[in-house]
Amino acid sequence: MTAYLLKRLLIGLATLVVASLVVFGVLEILPGDPARLMLGFEATEDAIQALRVEMGLDQPLLWRYLDWVGGLLTLDFGRSYTYSVPVIDLVSERVVVSLPLALIALTLSTAIAIPVGVFSASRRGRPADTISMGAAQVGVAVPNFWFALLLIYVFAVWLRLVPAGGFPGWSAGAWPALKALMLPAVALALPQAAILARVTRSALLEVLGEDYIRTARAKGMPRRTVLWRHALRNAMIPVLTILGLQFAFLLAGTIIIENVFYLPGLGRLVFQAITQRDLIVVESVVMLLVASVIVVNLLVDLSYALVDPRLRVNR
Amino acid sequence: MTDSTDFRSETFGSFAAKAFANRSFLAGFVITVLIAAMALLSFLWTPYDVTRLIVADRMQAPSAVHLFGTDHFGRDVLSMIMVGARNSIAVALVAVGIGMGIGVPLGCWAAARGGLADEILMRFNDLVFAFPALLSAIMITAIFGPGAVNAIIAIGIFNIPVFARVARAGALSLWPREFILAARAAGKGKALITIEHILPNIANLLLVQGTIQFALGILAEAGLSYLGLGAQPPMPSWGRMLFDAQTRMIVAPYLAIFPGFAIVFTVLGLNLLGDGLSDVLDPKLRRQR
Repeated sequence: MTAYLLKRLLIGLATLVVASLVVFGVLEILPGDPARLMLGFEATEDAIQALRVEMGLDQPLLWRYLDWVGGLLTLDFGRSYTYSVPVIDLVSERVVVSLPLALIALTLSTAIAIPVGVFSASRRGRPADTISMGAAQVGVAVPNFWFALLLIYVFAVWLRLVPAGGFPGWSAGAWPALKALMLPAVALALPQAAILARVTRSALLEVLGEDYIRTARAKGMPRRTVLWRHALRNAMIPVLTILGLQFAFLLAGTIIIENVFYLPGLGRLVFQAITQRDLIVVESVVMLLVASVIVVNLLVDLSYALVDPRLRVNR
Repeated sequence: MTDSTDFRSETFGSFAAKAFANRSFLAGFVITVLIAAMALLSFLWTPYDVTRLIVADRMQAPSAVHLFGTDHFGRDVLSMIMVGARNSIAVALVAVGIGMGIGVPLGCWAAARGGLADEILMRFNDLVFAFPALLSAIMITAIFGPGAVNAIIAIGIFNIPVFARVARAGALSLWPREFILAARAAGKGKALITIEHILPNIANLLLVQGTIQFALGILAEAGLSYLGLGAQPPMPSWGRMLFDAQTRMIVAPYLAIFPGFAIVFTVLGLNLLGDGLSDVLDPKLRRQR
């Protein structure tokens, strides 16, 4: 197990290094000189040159790469071209929107999907199963941004229960802030929940055919206990794998959803930075997102061992 | 347990009979054919010309004249959805083609060679999976400029590791089998075996994955064009229509309804088709469902 985890850890680190090379390399080939973009068209050639030196753009490529990676490791992400503030300030101010949003969405989708999956598997082939899996089939097909528009229409325009978009900030109090995150979280969670419910159901059905389930039932254990204690625990590995993969989808989803709801989060920041050619922000935020995907998938690998004691000795 | 279905061992007729007896396949097939027919029809005929802007007719609610209403430029929404289907299907289909065309040979090669080649491919997969696909698609389209072609490339790149993974897993399970051993004993090379024996036997897996990626491609294209990075106006696209609808939702909610339904309907059809196909092609999976 230790060897396995060590291998995963090394792979994760190597992926991170290669990813940083890819991100740096891709943005290097972007057309346009950042110094010129910052100063605008009227700037003199001297001013642009001076800024290039100040930003280190005159340094050799390798040196700039190492400088950038060193900065990432010490949380010194440099200064944004367009906002003229340290990138770390931008990131920390936005992460308090995106992280709660992603966490609420993840919790919501798990809280919906696992009971639905278990319920469906336990009533396999009956109308309840057909209906919930039909709903899941539709849920998978719904684009989250369209679902978001429908939610805005019903709950913000029509019922006027929540704001249609924007974010008051946590300083306005926890309740208004949470209210602003509610629709985006639901919009993000629904398609994920549909996928997760399907996976939970099919993983459970596979486990329910096993001998130990029959034994547990034969010795008189209640159906419900067998289902939730024995079967679900053994079906957790595929469910956890999908949860890990969904984290990346969730991050990507925040880019669109934050745009739909005008939320000042990381997704909107990176989208705007890309369109404004604010390379230093793009580089840093993309690396941050990629690193979090890698870390989450490492945690998923770790959690296999928690869920399944057999994996602690083998592998 | 039966062996995986060899396409050549049954006639197309018996396969079709089995497939159409499957409810999921039938429903998916009907929906997919309808959408494809709508896209093809749009080349020959649409109720109205989508490039002509008639401001006098703008924002009309659905009626007998304009079945799905008109948008803020007076364009007929039904006609736009028909032309938009073309764009969605083309982008997703070519993206699947890119993924299959590059991913399948890579996966087969890794499975045949094993060792270092295999390890490198899997690590490459890890790398691509670490990048949230939409984020990278946004980066790609932002760098090379928005447009349908760049959307295809952006979505296609993320199909490569998916198909490589499926082809590799399928091929790996076949290599130790007797009929492959027999082919090797007969002196056939690895490349020839892959083409003659491996590919026909993983075709069913690839077909199922292909429909799934097709559906995901439709969703991804809609997302990109919603953000303004897909097909550019005046070419109608479903995602763009939803973006335009958002700010006008209070006065004209129907503008947001119909393009959304078009996306859901198409993706649902493809997913049902994929589910049905995997039921019919892989009897082992059917028992689990």
